[in-house]
Amino acid sequence: MNFDLTDDQEALRDGIRAVCQGRFTSDRVRAGFDRAVWDELAGTGVFSLIADGFAWADAAIAFEELGRAVVPGPLVWGVLAHGLVDGVPTGLDRPVGAPAMVEHLAASDTVLVLDGGTVRAVAASAVTGELLDWPLDPLTPITRVDALPEGDVLAAADAAAWRRQGAVLTAAFEAGMAHACVEAATEYSLGRKQFDRPIGSFQAIKHMLADAVVRAEVARTAVHAAAVTLDDPEVGDVDRAIAGAKLLAGEAALKNAKTSVQVHGGMGFTWEVDAHLYLKRAWLLNTVFGTPDACADALAAGLPAA
Amino acid sequence: MDLRYSASDEAFRAELRAWLGATLPQLPPEPPRDDWPARVVYDTDWQKRLYEAGYAGMSWPTEYGGRDAPPSEQLIFLEECSNAKAPYVGVNFVGTLHAGPTLIAEGTDAQKAAHIPKILRGEEVWCQCFSEPDAGSDLAGLTTRAVRDGDHYVVTGRKLWCSFGQVGEYGELLARTDPDVPKHKGISWFILPMDLPGIEVRPIETILGSSEFCEVFLDEVRVPVEQIVGKENDGWRVTNVTLSFERGTAFVSEMVDAMRMAEELAPRVHDPADRRELGHVIAEFDALWALTKRNVSRAATKGDTGLGGMIMKLAYSEARDRLCELSMRVLERGAFDVHEPYVEERLRTLSLTIAAGTSQIQRNILSERVLGLPRERQWPVGE
Repeated sequence: MNFDLTDDQEALRDGIRAVCQGRFTSDRVRAGFDRAVWDELAGTGVFSLIADGFAWADAAIAFEELGRAVVPGPLVWGVLAHGLVDGVPTGLDRPVGAPAMVEHLAASDTVLVLDGGTVRAVAASAVTGELLDWPLDPLTPITRVDALPEGDVLAAADAAAWRRQGAVLTAAFEAGMAHACVEAATEYSLGRKQFDRPIGSFQAIKHMLADAVVRAEVARTAVHAAAVTLDDPEVGDVDRAIAGAKLLAGEAALKNAKTSVQVHGGMGFTWEVDAHLYLKRAWLLNTVFGTPDACADALAAGLPAA
Repeated sequence: MDLRYSASDEAFRAELRAWLGATLPQLPPEPPRDDWPARVVYDTDWQKRLYEAGYAGMSWPTEYGGRDAPPSEQLIFLEECSNAKAPYVGVNFVGTLHAGPTLIAEGTDAQKAAHIPKILRGEEVWCQCFSEPDAGSDLAGLTTRAVRDGDHYVVTGRKLWCSFGQVGEYGELLARTDPDVPKHKGISWFILPMDLPGIEVRPIETILGSSEFCEVFLDEVRVPVEQIVGKENDGWRVTNVTLSFERGTAFVSEMVDAMRMAEELAPRVHDPADRRELGHVIAEFDALWALTKRNVSRAATKGDTGLGGMIMKLAYSEARDRLCELSMRVLERGAFDVHEPYVEERLRTLSLTIAAGTSQIQRNILSERVLGLPRERQWPVGE
């Protein structure tokens, strides 16, 4: 047992982090997702990690870094559908009795639909709907689609496996966001002075940030355990590990983003500071691949009831 | 990153399980919690059995009779003992987990020879005399004085929250040997024979109505100079050395116990909101169990547990508090009896966020050492 990052995994983490710091600056991220972003990410190999022989644990480490930079785009679907569809894929779980909310439709070629036990592929050009004027997350355009075409069954895809894998990657992204929020708020609290001292010297601030770093690190550990269990199901209960990871990472991203807004004070309420981008993405990601409530209920359902 | 135990780890687990399976049925019934003489007999008997089977001092160096086991085996040892409901370390706590490691690191050859083998064999019970009425979170502010007088130090003061004070034969004592220097630099670490004249021990009745801790009054107690551990005035460093013995296995027994408590509580949790809360608690304990494995892995490969080690106490104690609060929500009022296990556990768990560094002190430490935030200005603030 060595449940710590290997040297190769540290190198992978550092490599993706360097790419994000170099290319996915705040300005670039704020410009939103487009094919150039897709091509650059594809060039780093982040979508083909599994096909290239890496493990889900490695993919999770890479997605933590994308989450740190809050990179926009249907990135999880890029990994799930790698090698199965051409161009840019987006996707969603088919809603029951409600309109489908399709993310990044305009920038995508294929919409993948998790439909019970199967995955269906729909040409993006065949999907029509109403683009939300002001999506909550300004970097995730959403199209409201009342009638989602049936599409074709993607026989090579396993819907149950995709749900697990998608939850792990999304949770990894959220854990990365949670850490980035602590770092941004910490940096601000050291530079911002009130009452002639950095606000980061006040225990009221210090304790908020201490709780935030605990949440982020516990979530990150849960994500790693889930990814390792996905790679090697004999070491634990895969669904339990994934539900726990998605729950804790989703909560950590949301609570830490709120902490960041609060620590930034008035500036945290502005468009100019990035804190709101993390908060809005956290709300959005908590609606996919397992809401915190659904994950908690699933975990409890795994325990005996009277 | 992997979670698979090695073949040798699994062999160790199998051998330990077999031993526990054969040994535990031979144990006498556990004594009542406040029958201290009986607890000493029971707990030290267990320590003796561990010693004879080669399981005492899992983390101790072999030259001191320990096993010097790799951290993964230390984890397995604690996990299996807790799963099998083996006796807890009990009155051997201070000796085996705190005083013993301190003596190994800092004691003289004579001090080691006098105490280490006895601690390991369960022949010597220790207690802790660190905190004081006015030195809790600010432990270094302690005022118990130790004044050199020929071959002795004359010790006068009051100690509080002395675990196992009523049965300890030796105490680990922190006392001020120089009141004229900054507070961390004037403290010394002593072995205190608890039978010296001038020592009075009074049990403190806790929130549980039990006597886990004592108050110790020291009135001109003459402690021989050879009982000082480390150099005079170097006691603060000596105290902190002990922590480096911990190899990422902190709270393993407690966590296994908490996870079992959650599983056993589950059939009594019916309300959907309570079930959801149970799910949250499970997620947290699963994550902290994974974090333990990370810490143990890092201790083995990198020698320190890093951030994971620093957050464990805060995260574990808060998670356990959440579990206990859930248990109180689902109990019938007829079960509101201090001897009901869930109620007793609820009360005991209140100490976790207070003892050995309150959650608030933990947050200060984390924010300063991990995030690099400044210390809050001291009061009174000068103009």
